[in-house]
Amino acid sequence: MVKRLFTWLDERLGLIGIYDTVLDRKVPKVNWWFTLGSASMFLFVMQGVTGVFLTVYYVPSPDHAYDSIQYIMNGVAFGWLIRGIHHWGATLMVLVVFIHMLRTFYFAAYKYPREITWLTGVVLLLSTLGMGFTGYLLPWNQRAYWATTVGTEIPGTIPLIGDWILRIMRGGTDLSAVTLARFFSLHIWFLPATIAAMVGIHLYLVIRLGISAIPDKDD
Amino acid sequence: MAQSPDLDRRQFVTIVTAVLGSIMGAVVGLPAIGYLISPALAQRSKEAWIPLGVLDNYSIGTPTIINFTRSKVNGWEKTVNSYGVYVYRKSQTEVLVFSNICTHLSCRVTWNDEVQEYACPCHDAHFDIDGGIVFGPPPRPLDGYETKIEDGYLFILFQEA
Repeated sequence: MVKRLFTWLDERLGLIGIYDTVLDRKVPKVNWWFTLGSASMFLFVMQGVTGVFLTVYYVPSPDHAYDSIQYIMNGVAFGWLIRGIHHWGATLMVLVVFIHMLRTFYFAAYKYPREITWLTGVVLLLSTLGMGFTGYLLPWNQRAYWATTVGTEIPGTIPLIGDWILRIMRGGTDLSAVTLARFFSLHIWFLPATIAAMVGIHLYLVIRLGISAIPDKDD
Repeated sequence: MAQSPDLDRRQFVTIVTAVLGSIMGAVVGLPAIGYLISPALAQRSKEAWIPLGVLDNYSIGTPTIINFTRSKVNGWEKTVNSYGVYVYRKSQTEVLVFSNICTHLSCRVTWNDEVQEYACPCHDAHFDIDGGIVFGPPPRPLDGYETKIEDGYLFILFQEA
């Protein structure tokens, strides 16, 4: 019965074709460093899922941001777990994505014909850092407030356009409710959408071109 | 590939992935359900005796409206709700206190001196001076409060929903 249902679905959806192309493709002899791309994507999905759950109670307003997180941590069942995973997953994701980039660089895997994979990877790394930066403000505690004060002051020191950039980042001259709202929006809409789109291209290229082998002496 | 009676590499990896995936899914997924529904399960039914002032301040025979507020914490926010009750002193010692919330659809009733009835502005429900239904759509009489009198002060037993 299950087999007939599967055959019916496969005939229409091409499930085995997807499996063969995506998961059963040929790979050269590689090592554990080559698992970091999958690990990055796993962490991205994990951050996405826990992030969606956090938005159930989080309120991106200076009046309620801090209290709503206190409520998540102490008032809601397993809120500490969901937020804990999101918190530590964020740190881990930056780490894993960065090491993934180093592996690609040291193994020269960015070369022809994989330049576009590398370029989308650059966007992915920067977006991941952007997620870390915007997410850091959301708890609206002292650390968040002052980290973002300093973090927006730094581009503010750029000659000529610095002040303009600082105002755009903060949505005005002060770090305010406007800043919190736009950081929240970037954190849950703009950056995840960018990452999802780039992951799509990145994965398509990995499947299309295959992954490169570890270079040997003659390469 | 020759069939061996033991697990081959692929089968082993498939099983390990499925088992680990299920465990991880359960560890995160089950608490996530609790996370979503826990505010709905929080039962915080509280009772409080609300003082309504000196009993002798209420005139005998005419219901008098009196308002009080109760604050309640919902999640990250403290809400102050206002409540209105009618105090009807039947005699020197006998007192009835009604909520001014219509039992039909929660509009607020007002005492009408001319007809000697409580009237609801929404669907023209009328209640008599003892809270009973005169006419209109309400399913039950006005909700009364348990009362007590201590040292000449009137109290009602307020049940927080």
